[in-house]
Amino acid sequence: MSILEVQDVSIAYLIGDFKEIGLKEYVLRKIRHDYHVTEFWADRHVSFALERGEMLGIIGANGAGKSTLLKVISGIMEPTEGSVRREGTIAALLELGSGFDGELTVRENTYLRGAMLGYTREFMNDTYESIIDFAELKEFEDRPFKQLSSGMKSRLAFSIASLVRPDILILDEVLSVGDGAFRAKSEEKMKEIIRGGATTILVSHSLNQVRDLCDKVLWLHRGEQIAFGDDVQGICDRYEAFLAGKETISGDKNAPE
Amino acid sequence: MLEKWKKYRFLFEELVKRDFKTKYKRTVLGMAWSVLSPLLMLLVMRLVFTHFFGRGMNHYTTYLFCGTLLYSYFTESTNQGMTSLMSNAAIFTKVNVPKYLFLFSKNVQTLINFGLTLCVFFLFCVLDHITFTWKFVLLLYPVVLLMVFNVGLGLILSALFVFFRDIQYLWGVFTQLLMYMSAIFYTIDGYSPMVRNLFLLNPMYLFIRYFRKIVIEATIPSVWFHLLLLADAVFVFTVGCAIYKKYNTRFLYYV
Repeated sequence: MSILEVQDVSIAYLIGDFKEIGLKEYVLRKIRHDYHVTEFWADRHVSFALERGEMLGIIGANGAGKSTLLKVISGIMEPTEGSVRREGTIAALLELGSGFDGELTVRENTYLRGAMLGYTREFMNDTYESIIDFAELKEFEDRPFKQLSSGMKSRLAFSIASLVRPDILILDEVLSVGDGAFRAKSEEKMKEIIRGGATTILVSHSLNQVRDLCDKVLWLHRGEQIAFGDDVQGICDRYEAFLAGKETISGDKNAPE
Repeated sequence: MLEKWKKYRFLFEELVKRDFKTKYKRTVLGMAWSVLSPLLMLLVMRLVFTHFFGRGMNHYTTYLFCGTLLYSYFTESTNQGMTSLMSNAAIFTKVNVPKYLFLFSKNVQTLINFGLTLCVFFLFCVLDHITFTWKFVLLLYPVVLLMVFNVGLGLILSALFVFFRDIQYLWGVFTQLLMYMSAIFYTIDGYSPMVRNLFLLNPMYLFIRYFRKIVIEATIPSVWFHLLLLADAVFVFTVGCAIYKKYNTRFLYYV
């Protein structure tokens, strides 16, 4: 029984006139029949399944629909077509730096973020010290968050997030934060979580990381699923060849998965 | 429901804390402002209107205070509720949390402010020689319903605000208008029965009227009056819930 099953998922984004216009414009355009909302398909017919403990790497150029797919998997968005079936708890670490409140102190932000990630208060009380130690922000804990440097912010975000023990873990470009020393530390920590048995989905632009860590690869290009399978090295090779311009995708579409 | 509450309690508490801290940041008086601002409004009205409307009326201060007390709670709650969803866009587009939590958190804050002002209100009642009767317990009824009403409107407004920022200005104008139409500083006794009945269509007037009946006249409003209030609150709340249910996963297209 697979722990995560994505079946023929298509996701449409609404784009067009509805944003940025006020009420007056909206009414006027409605009257003039000049109000256009079109759908933009960020993902089309994506299907894959993951077993417990597997690690999936999602690769693809910018705008391939990776982040949108992750939002659907984590339940922030609903798929326009198709279905997603998940077993167990799910934690998504998307764009770690956002969602903090600049006016609150580091300590208050830590608790707030912990709460957002679904931790309990007792858990936060117990682990707060180790979070701050790991982020190396001991002397900043009562400073307003906005005074931190951006490196410090992402260090804190990573330290809080790295405590999650979900059944399914989603990582969007979060494996590498901070400077050299912290980077090594955070990668070590991440590997520890992955070894802990969580089913992991990793979005990364570092092909080496994908090759090292993943058992399965999903390649997306402009919303289309180009390839999915456990032939990690093979798919990565093809992706690399494609990036270098040596291979075209049209020839790839019928390739066996 | 209970399970959800358990799951999100910690987050909810942290959100309430955050809202409190960010609201009173860099104010010398801090929370005192939430009591002071309705009091200042009361003071101004008392000075301005006593000569016009307060002549020959007993307990005019209490009469006014009933109005400003509920009206302040209403406007504060709806205005803050309106922006609650939008200002947390950075969170709900990244983490899967129930979106109504942001609104509820704001409403907890305004409810506490209201509670504090209510204490001052009772103090003023003493000064105004109001006799306290057991009927004061009934004030819980309009307070709870106003809470529901405010949350319902907050749901509607915060959703609309995501779609159209104009709502902010429209609502500002509307609440001003509502202030003049809710008989806060005047009585409607002079109007014809037809016009007086029109006031019953205004929920804000109903809430204020309920308070005045209990506090000043020491009479219990009729059953119909109770039902009308209940219908207003439930209706607004239901519409709000329906909107949130429908747009729950679609808000993020608009931010």
